[in-house]
Parts: sequence; structure tokens; C-alpha cells
Amino acid sequence: MGEPLLELRSATVDYRTASGLVPAVRGVDLRIDAGQTLGLAGESGCGKSTLAMAVLRLLPRTAMIGGEILLGGENVTDMSWGRLRAVRWAEASVVFQGAMHALNPVRRVGDQIAEPIRLHGKGSVERVDDRVGELLEQVGLPARRARAYPHELSGGQRQRVMIAMALACSPGLIIADEPTTALDVMVQAQVLTLLSRLVDELDIGLLMISHDLSVLASTCQRLAVMYAGRIVEQGKAVDVLRAPRHPYTKALAAAFPTIGDASSRLSPRGLAGDPPDPSDLPGGCPFHPRCPSVLPECSGTDVLLRPVSEDRTSACLLEVEP
Amino acid sequence: MTSSIAWQRRRAAAGRVWAQFRTDRGGLIGLAVLAVIVLLAVLAPLISDRSGLDVTHATGGILQPPGNGFLLGTDESGRSVLLLLLWGSRISLLVGLAATLLSVGVGTIVGVLMAHFGGWAQAVLMRVTDFFLVLPSLVLAAVLSTVLTPGIGSIIVAIGATAWPTTARLVRSQTLAVESRPYIERSWALGAGHWHVIGKHVLPAVAPLVFANTTLNVANSIITESTLSFLGLGDPNSPSWGSMLHNALQTGAVTARAWWYLLPPGVAIGVVVLAFMMCGRALEAVLNPRLRER
Amino acid sequence: MTQGESTLLRADDVSVRFGAARAVDGVELDIRAGEIIALVGESGCGKTTLARTLLGLQQPTSGRVLYEGKPLPTGNRGLREYRRHAQLVLQDPTGALNPRHSVYEAVAEGLRIHRVPGDERALVADALSRAGLRPPERFFGRVPHELSGGQRQRVVIAGALALDPSVLIADEPVASLDASVRGEILALLLRLRDELGLAALVVTHDLGLAWNIADRVAVMYLGRIVESGPVEQVLTAPSHPYTKALLSVLPESEGPATVLAGETPDPSRVPTGCRFHPRCPLLAAGLPDSVASRCRTVDLPIVDGAESGVACHAVEVATAR
Repeated sequence: MGEPLLELRSATVDYRTASGLVPAVRGVDLRIDAGQTLGLAGESGCGKSTLAMAVLRLLPRTAMIGGEILLGGENVTDMSWGRLRAVRWAEASVVFQGAMHALNPVRRVGDQIAEPIRLHGKGSVERVDDRVGELLEQVGLPARRARAYPHELSGGQRQRVMIAMALACSPGLIIADEPTTALDVMVQAQVLTLLSRLVDELDIGLLMISHDLSVLASTCQRLAVMYAGRIVEQGKAVDVLRAPRHPYTKALAAAFPTIGDASSRLSPRGLAGDPPDPSDLPGGCPFHPRCPSVLPECSGTDVLLRPVSEDRTSACLLEVEP
Repeated sequence: MTSSIAWQRRRAAAGRVWAQFRTDRGGLIGLAVLAVIVLLAVLAPLISDRSGLDVTHATGGILQPPGNGFLLGTDESGRSVLLLLLWGSRISLLVGLAATLLSVGVGTIVGVLMAHFGGWAQAVLMRVTDFFLVLPSLVLAAVLSTVLTPGIGSIIVAIGATAWPTTARLVRSQTLAVESRPYIERSWALGAGHWHVIGKHVLPAVAPLVFANTTLNVANSIITESTLSFLGLGDPNSPSWGSMLHNALQTGAVTARAWWYLLPPGVAIGVVVLAFMMCGRALEAVLNPRLRER
Repeated sequence: MTQGESTLLRADDVSVRFGAARAVDGVELDIRAGEIIALVGESGCGKTTLARTLLGLQQPTSGRVLYEGKPLPTGNRGLREYRRHAQLVLQDPTGALNPRHSVYEAVAEGLRIHRVPGDERALVADALSRAGLRPPERFFGRVPHELSGGQRQRVVIAGALALDPSVLIADEPVASLDASVRGEILALLLRLRDELGLAALVVTHDLGLAWNIADRVAVMYLGRIVESGPVEQVLTAPSHPYTKALLSVLPESEGPATVLAGETPDPSRVPTGCRFHPRCPLLAAGLPDSVASRCRTVDLPIVDGAESGVACHAVEVATAR
């Protein structure tokens, strides 16, 4: 196993605000090797999108990155502007959330896919057009759709265009931020199938972010669950979904019931309270105010991620104790 | 008791607006200048003698330079320029404010009706708005002021009638933006009628924008009034700043090099307009980011 | 739990056309007292248009909507009266509340519009409590941006409850909410059904949601209901190929996924015959000629959403045998 595509060591991101520093990411360790897929699960405010944007330093100026974010062995925060521009899209690219807003409505789709190719100076005009056609076919759209404008395409087609754009410079890593959230069930299935096929064919690494555990489990090999800026559970995706070892993971899994499962029939399960505000985190374990299995120690002990079984880590007192 | 919640909310919102307005130095200066000028204008009857405006009571010499008890010299009839300036401010401010209120009022009503009802109401009103928008405003104002009986009222009408289309278009686009929000649909679903939607949702959302626009509009109206008076189309009996300039030119103050007669009204117009614009810009900066999302 | 036979709201052969687009193309549906129906379908199937038509926010091009047996009034005054009985909960709770109005004003809005007699403050507090915001007084002065997504949705629900409706129509009530918060809102809807006998039509693309809270489900495709019936039956033993495909692509379902090609066609170009036939996996896999030719040319009768039914030629043949 060579160098990992992406490695995070104690990565932190803090935002400078008028009322002080707000910690969005509070120490995350991650590793993705070539051809591996990792799903990052969590809800609003947990820091997953911040983490994804931090990999390519796409955060606003008020964000301060700490720890190490290594892309192909190089620390992203130490890169010069020129090196960063070269790395962006050519080594790692992002499929943004909400394709409708990420595409420029007044430019043709083909031009937008060609943009990163031209920026990275890869090829003459005809070669670029050929490449655009090739990318569109790869994502299941006919090449002539390059002349369409975003509003002429459906939601699923726009998302495919986003994926084609992400592949434009043949990166080694793709970061997909909620790629199927706004899509219908069938279109979601199409997009997920496409992503899986591309990952297999092109042997790229994939970091997929979503709040839907089952979507992640069906597409990714490994799964990491984030809460309040930290990872609270990590392991093989199928195992995590089938036998969660953290109360939050259990709650997330229960939020999207399995059809046919009598226990969820007419009994929707959710957590009390709301996802925590990063600027006002509870003391001790940040999940304890909402935890259905809370113990008295939980409000005072800040639990870190520890191994709980073969290839599984969890940040819960209940699980860690033998 | 329940309405006090609404008032509490409004007061809190006003407090926030003021707090943010205070951070804009230009706005504060503009506001201070305006406060001084308005104060002087309002207190004019108390701090000066009105009779000095009457030509028959003029005590000074003709076109005297400053000195001899006349801080700004005298005009062609021997009246104190300072007195004229002070009383002229009342006319200019009054006409400016009244004309603006008229144009903003009409513009807001037309704009909201156009956008809310759509259909043929919008089609008709749009054509009317476009018609008035296209006409050169100064020409129209001039024509109106000659056709109507001369006096302050007709100047106010003349200016108001030409300034409302801009407000109408602004209000129309803002109303369209507001009415596309889901909470308007919720209001309909709750059973609201037109007047509820307009009164409770549209107007409060549009009001801040209109308010900021009004401030800028006043500046415009004052300039228009001054221009009309300068061209001799104003009310001959009221000594506005524009008419001072008109008289100055007519009676040869330029050739007589009577700068004390020409400069003060011109500078006064400039200062007042600038103060209004600085205030208006600061207000827009405060109110606009809230309008855009919240 | 009551499941009376009293039909509150009925769509009687309703069609809604926007020019050439047949958004709703002949739908019959019942909402009965004390019952939650899920109207399931993908975007473009017409479910939102149907929901708005049932509320009187949209006029049907043909057919009629009946409330308690009588057609909906036309004209503003009549509709206003109707609004006391059928209320709407929108998808996006953030957009659904006027950002300048406090929670109190948002909930009291309906009461003021209808000039409901009584102590307004008590009515607002009661509605907020029923929606799960306790103590209600604490929320009176709050403004939407001070609340979380779940709390905002509760405020919207409280605003609807204040008018004491008998039917609630919820358009994707939890789609914009965080996963861990969904359960609470769904549990609230169930509780309202149990405690108040409130009937609900929940429009959603999420089959899991239907499994969670609905008694009956109607699956829509391109303006028509293609299958309807009790949730246990339709979702565990679906008959229509579209329903089967939808269920098979859910990530947690076992068995091979039937991923349909392409997307739902434009409502202005509804295919002839069975509207699903161009994408039908059953037809593609091969059906006897007599059935296949009917799929392509013969349109199916309207499935009455009030009963169990399937709109599929292949199923008809199978059951006839």
C-alpha cells in the first residue's frame, strides 16, 4: 500500500467570528487510499462540509486550519498558491451539493466542463472538445448535450454534469458533498450506480458525504460518523450500519426505516433536541444531552475515539468499557 | 398585550437598525447636518424677523457685501441674504419633503397593486408608469407648473407627478420578490385575503427599501424645486433658494460680482442634498443585507 | 385509533392542466377521518399540484374536489371558510415563516384572519403546546432565525392547528430537516391523528416515511395513481412494476435493484397506452404479445385511491386467470 491519497491527522478548522473562535472541526483523523471509498455521515453543523472544503483550501478567509491535511503526502496548508491551483481539480475535485446552484446558468454545460481542462492547460481546442464528449459519455449523457444550458437539463442530468466536471482533469480523489440529497429515489439510484462504476473503472478514491447512512453504506467500503466536529464512530460500512456501536449512529440508522421492518411501522424514531451549535457545545460528551443511553459520567467526560473491536472505533463510554 | 409583542419586535428591530447606522460615519455626519438645518428652518420664526423679507421693509443698501450687520450682505432690494437663506430653507425643505411624500406614496401604491394583482391591472399600470418614466421629468414639471395656478401646491404636485415612476418600479420588483416566498403561500392557505397579504406581509417587507429610497428622493426633489425656481417657474412670492439664484442672475449679481448672493444658496442646496444622500446611502447599506435574505 | 368510513375530502376525477402539460390527469382519491394517507411519487408526477388542488389553492381543469360530500366553494369568501377545515404544512419551514414576524404572530395569523373569537393568547399557547413546543410562552417572542429547523416546522404545524382543522395536508414535511429530527415531527403527526382524530395527506418521495406513519399509500406516476392500498400490502408486496422498481432501489432493500433508465417524461408528452410502458422493466423483459400490445396502445382505467387497486395490464391478466 503506497502513500494514501488523503490523510488527515488531528485536523481542526476554526472560524473567526465577532464573538470569538468557533470550532467547526475538532480533531479528525482519516485516511483514504487509492481506489478506496469512505462515507462521512452527519447532519447540519457537524463539520463534514467544512472538512471537505478544507481539503482543497476552499474555505473562507475567516477559517483557520490546524493539524495536517495531506493530499498525496503534501500538506495542503503549506502549499504555495501556485501549487494549490495546480493541485485543485487535477489531484482532487469536488462534486458540490445542489448542482442547480453550482452550475453557471448563462454558460453552456460543455464550456463549464471544459473550464478546468483549459485552466490546467491540458490540450488544444479539438482535444478539449473530444475530452468533454468523452466525459459526458462516461457519465451516461450523449456528447451533444454539451451544448445545452443548465436549465434545459433535469436534476439528475445536472448532477451527472457535475460528476463529469469533477472527472475532467482525471483526479485521484473525488469528494462528493451530498451528491444525491435533493434527488428522487430513482435518480439517486442512477447517480450512485454511476459513482460506483466510475470508482471501479478509474480506480479513484471517493469521499462521500451524506446524512443518509444507508446510501453511504451501499456505495462506500468504510463509514465514519461525525458529530459536533469529531468522528464518533468509524469502521466497515456494512458492519457499522448493521451493528452500530454508538448511540448517535443508532439514531441516524433508525431515522430512515427499513421497509418491511415491523418495529418501525407506525413508530418513527428520532432524537430529542437538535444538532448542537458549534459555538455552544455541551460539556463532556457533546452528544450527552440527546443520548438515549446517557450515563452520569457522560456530562463530565469528553470521550475520544477508541478501538472497540476488530476494525471499529467508537467514541462512547458505553462501548469502550470492556 | 398580544400586540405589544409585535411592538417589542419592532422596537428591537429599530434598535438594531440604529446601532448599525451609527457605525457609518458618513451617515452620522449627514444626519447631524440635516438635524441642524431642519432645526434652524423650524425655529426660523423664533430666531429671525419675518418682516425683513418684505421688500418694503428692507433696510440695507442694494447688493451690499457682507458687513455692517448683514452677515451675508444684501440682495437687490436691500434684504438680508442670510434672512432669505434661512427662510428659503423652509420652502426648499417643505417642497422637497412634500413632493417626495406624494411621489413615494403614489409610487408605492401603484407598485404594490401592479405586482400583487398582475393580469390586466399590471398591464395597464405598467404602461402608465412607463409613459411617465419616459417623459423628461423637468419638462413635464415645467409644463405642469405653468398650467396649474402658481403657488407652492402646484410645484409640489408637479415634482411629485414626475418622480413616482421610479419608486413604482422599485416597489413592484420588491413586491414580486416577496410574494414568491413560501410564507405568502402559507398566508393564502390560512385563508388570507388580498388586504391581509398586502398589509401584513408585503408592505412591511417593502417599507425599509422605500424608506431608504425616500431619503434619496428628497434630495432629488429639492434639486428639482431649485431648478424650477431658478428657471423662473416657481412661486414668485416664496423666497426659496432656487428663486434666490434666479433673482441673482436676473438682477445682474454676476456682473456686479455679488458672490455673497450667488454662493450661499448654491452651497446650501449642495450641502442639504449631500447630507440627504449620505443618510440615504447609510440607510440602504443597513437595510439592504436584511432585505436580501431575511 | 379510529378509522371511520367517513370520507372527509375527495378528489373526483380531478385533472389539472397547464397548457399542454397534464400535471394531474384524472385522479380519484379519498381522505378519511383519522387516517394518514401517503401520496408517493417522484418529482413531476403531479403530487404537489394535486395537494394544492385539494386545498383549493389551484383550480382543477376538470373534475371536482368534495369536502364532506359538497364541492369546494369558488370565490374568496367561500374558500376562506373552507380553510378552517383543511390546512397546509409546507416543505421548507424556513421559507414558510415570515422572517420578521415572531412565533406568536405567525401562529396567531390564522386566528386573526378568521376573527376567531376567544382569548387569542390562550389559543396560541394551546396550539404551540399541541405542536410540542412547551412551555409555549417561552416561544412567543422568538423570531424564526432563533429557532432550529425542527422547531420552525412545529411552529408551522401550530399555525395550522390553531384553526382546528380536520384535515392536514403536508408537502414533504421532513425533507428539509436533519435526520435525527425527522422522527419527532413524524411522531407528532401520528400523535395528532391519535389524539385529535386529525386526518392527513402526506405528500412525499420517501417510501420509508410512508412506512413510518401512513395507513394507506397511493403511488403516482405522471399524473395518475398507478397503485394504491394499505401500506403493509403495497410496500411489502407491490403489484405495479413502478412500485416494485422504486422499492428495489432503496439502499437497504435486499435483492437486485431495478434501476429504471432515463427520467420521468415531460407531463406535456404523456406516452400513449399505459403511460409507464416506455420504462417498464416487465415489458422490456418480455410479455405475451396480447398483453404487450395493450400496454402500448390501451390506456388504463383510473385507479380509485379510495380502494386498493393497480393500473397495470399485466397484473389484470394475472388476476383474471
